[in-house]
Amino acid sequence: MTDRIPSTDDDARSEFVRLADVSKSFGQAAQALKDVSGIISGGRITGLVGPDGAGKTTLIRLITGLMQPDGGSINVLGFDTKLHAPSIQALIGYMPQRFGLYEDLTVQENLNLYADLRSLPLGERPAAFDELLTFTDLKRFTGRLAGQLSGGMKQKLGLACALLKKPRLLLLDEPGVGVDPISRRDLWKMVKDLTKDGIGVLWSTAYLDEAEACDKVLLLNKGELLFSGPPADLTNRVKDRVFKFTGISGSRRQALSKILEQQGVVDGVIQGDAVRIVTSAEAKRSELTKIAGNTAKIRATEPRFEDAFVDMLGGGPGGRSKLAEAATRLDDQNGKPVIEAHGLTKNFGDFTAAKDITFDIPRGQIFGLLGPNGAGKSTTFKMLCGLLKPTQGEGRVAGFDLRRDGAEARNRLGYMAQKFSLYGDLSVGQNLDFFAGVYGLSGSRKRERISLMNEIFSFAARDNLPAKDLPLGLKQRLALACAVMHEPEALFLDEPTSGVDPITRREFWTHINGLVEKGVTVLVTTHFMDEAEYCDRISLIYRGRSIALGSPDELKAGVATKTQPDPTMEDAFIALVEASEREAAA
Amino acid sequence: MTSVSLSKTTEPARVRRFFALVRKETFQLLRDPSSILIAFVLPVVLLFLFGYGVSLDTGQTRIGLVIEEQTPLAGDLAASFRGSRYFDVETGRDRREFDAKLVSGEIRGIVIIPAGFTSDFAAGMNPQIQVIVDGSDTNTAGFVQNYAQGVIAGWVAIRLADMGVQKDGSASAISVEQRFWFNPELTSRFFLVPGSIAIVMTLVGTLLTSLVIAREWERGTMEAIMATPVTSAELLMGKILPYFVLGILSMTLCVIIAVFLFGVPFRGSIFALYLLSAAFLVPALGQGLLISAATKNQFLASQLALISAFLPAFLLSGFLFEINSMPVVIQWITFVVPARYLIPSLQTLFLAGDIWPMFLKAMAVMLFIGSVFFVLAARSTRKRID
Repeated sequence: MTDRIPSTDDDARSEFVRLADVSKSFGQAAQALKDVSGIISGGRITGLVGPDGAGKTTLIRLITGLMQPDGGSINVLGFDTKLHAPSIQALIGYMPQRFGLYEDLTVQENLNLYADLRSLPLGERPAAFDELLTFTDLKRFTGRLAGQLSGGMKQKLGLACALLKKPRLLLLDEPGVGVDPISRRDLWKMVKDLTKDGIGVLWSTAYLDEAEACDKVLLLNKGELLFSGPPADLTNRVKDRVFKFTGISGSRRQALSKILEQQGVVDGVIQGDAVRIVTSAEAKRSELTKIAGNTAKIRATEPRFEDAFVDMLGGGPGGRSKLAEAATRLDDQNGKPVIEAHGLTKNFGDFTAAKDITFDIPRGQIFGLLGPNGAGKSTTFKMLCGLLKPTQGEGRVAGFDLRRDGAEARNRLGYMAQKFSLYGDLSVGQNLDFFAGVYGLSGSRKRERISLMNEIFSFAARDNLPAKDLPLGLKQRLALACAVMHEPEALFLDEPTSGVDPITRREFWTHINGLVEKGVTVLVTTHFMDEAEYCDRISLIYRGRSIALGSPDELKAGVATKTQPDPTMEDAFIALVEASEREAAA
Repeated sequence: MTSVSLSKTTEPARVRRFFALVRKETFQLLRDPSSILIAFVLPVVLLFLFGYGVSLDTGQTRIGLVIEEQTPLAGDLAASFRGSRYFDVETGRDRREFDAKLVSGEIRGIVIIPAGFTSDFAAGMNPQIQVIVDGSDTNTAGFVQNYAQGVIAGWVAIRLADMGVQKDGSASAISVEQRFWFNPELTSRFFLVPGSIAIVMTLVGTLLTSLVIAREWERGTMEAIMATPVTSAELLMGKILPYFVLGILSMTLCVIIAVFLFGVPFRGSIFALYLLSAAFLVPALGQGLLISAATKNQFLASQLALISAFLPAFLLSGFLFEINSMPVVIQWITFVVPARYLIPSLQTLFLAGDIWPMFLKAMAVMLFIGSVFFVLAARSTRKRID
């Protein structure tokens, strides 16, 4: 690359952004940012980490000078954002959440536009374009409209546009969301290379595994900065307190539920066939056997960023689910699977959105459809719910083909749509009332169920608040309440916890685990690797096909190598996709 | 890379950024079928609609004819009414027979030939014919009234001629009026076509402009562009120029169709036509910018544009409804509707020719309204997203 900034250590590690007591609020709503102070340095990837609504996007916009703080100040590359926004904008590259591309312009036209807007001298263009197109592997697609690129390619083009005229500071707002793990990994490598030239990078993310890979993180929660420093410093706080229980006899969901109720346990999640727990600082190693019971094996394991984050937030919720306790037990009547997909295929014109998807889910199990956005998860999901007519194949829920069998059959399933599609203008109470009505509840049973939901999820205080004004975590609870109010046999969850904070996610899964133990059958779609760990079995969906099917541990074990003895779900996904592509090429 | 000098952008960089935005906008425009639809297909549809479909002249209007005296003379006048191609006549002897029908809208007016009609006429007095119309529909009411007068005047003229009475020119005076009113089909088309040009330019200038800016907010591209060194003036001008050109092209298409297809006379100069249109596009585009600054959502922008620009241009501009017959308060409102100034000027331009004092005054007012919109839009479109 031409015109490199000398990357001596001093220079590269210099201070690029200084945040001093930055505050920002919008109208009457809760403060978006409260007294955030921190430093973003050159030559590093600084992770801006936190759940949705934590204030990440607001902070990035403040750094670009497109918004002004209510209190405090921000200095970017020697300029104050209040006074010298244009100077800052000449020096930064910014990729907003939807990549900022013009979908009706071609790849080359997008590059030309941003080159002009950033005043890249004409003489430097051929070299810069060539370099960026090679770097992003988009050379073959310069004539294609940006709208017709895949998610991963759009993301790379967005990055290329932000990198024209070599910015000194690169701001990336959730570049990894919804993109397949391979593109995500490629992008990370590309950005990592940039830091070698001394460019400072701010990478915002809700994925805590991404945080772990950053040189430094700023951890935001509800507008407050919880931690600033290398991620290992935070992770080390829970050092020697993280354990994996394997060889659990009986249900790992029941085991987790019990474990979480024990003294000295701060957090616990299901990881394939194992249960991962974090103990409190006071808990003694000797107490662990008591916690685990007799049969389980205990193994100390490497702490992760998420463990430390949950610990910092005061630990996860308990293991009891009032919702599940109140649920009626559904007995296995005939041993038949509750949800069945046989060769489901859907073509839109000559595009095959889903091809030959086959699986079945026995009663009381969680099945996951795992894959990046646009892979065909939602299409499969909709065919099973009866919302889309399959081109070929058949889907059945509780023995019904939902496309033919009407309301009666539909009452047996609960559906929680992506992004919690509630009626934003209706209050909490009205939403509950409406969904109860839609699912055919009436009279005393309706009143009973609604008051039970209010009790379980503590909506009472906000009963009159419009759903759109609820905090994200509460919205998610309300969506769950609306979906399970009528005690469905099968529960369809579409990206149920993407972007929510880890505490809310744990609470959600505690409910789901409890319901599953009572005999509810769950189908979940997710692009979120951690969520896949909660499933009994998963199907990896990639480009409309199921490329692998098995339990999380089976899938992970299948790709284990000598160099990678303990792969993560994401490693497994990438390895399986690569294998399927080699097969397709052969 | 030097950082300090970058804050002061050089002229060429400024110009290049501006043209980059114009080029981008043009590409988008050409690839978006909906802009082509609004700018070129809609005008054609609108012109055909107004040119052929809508005529403000009623074809046959149902009226009630009350004949209070049974004389040959009254019968003769009644026959004239029945013979008129504009009326579908129902005859009766008492007006009360028709009161209810008028209220229900079954008939549009009542014409009464009163008792004493024959004797009045014989005495040389003007015959007193009463015309009752439904004032809730002013247009139709006006036509009924005027046509009825026409029928009567025609009948009087023929009568007088038959009687050999020479009342120096009075008959011909009536016939002049008769020709004016009875040539309405052509007149209304001639008046409607120039008016629809104003409507089309309002659609392109205000609706399309506000939509494309709202779309940039919705798709998140505005944010990405704002974080580059581009200035808000460049951003606004880069949006406006392509739509200005599109508005002018769309207007040209309208004029070609109007003149060559509908045979609307074009008695003014092309120079005046373009000058007037350009002046009108200033407030139209300004309003589009203002709307998009106020809302960053395409649905809301289209609603606002329709209500605040399209409907006033239609209803409050004198295009379809006579401003003088509106309630006074509404008449005040029409003063801020830019189309109110363009439409009479265009009508004059087409039918009469260049009348510069009128055009200059209209342009001055339109430019003034436009500059108010622009100042307001510029103030609310800072390079900020909160």
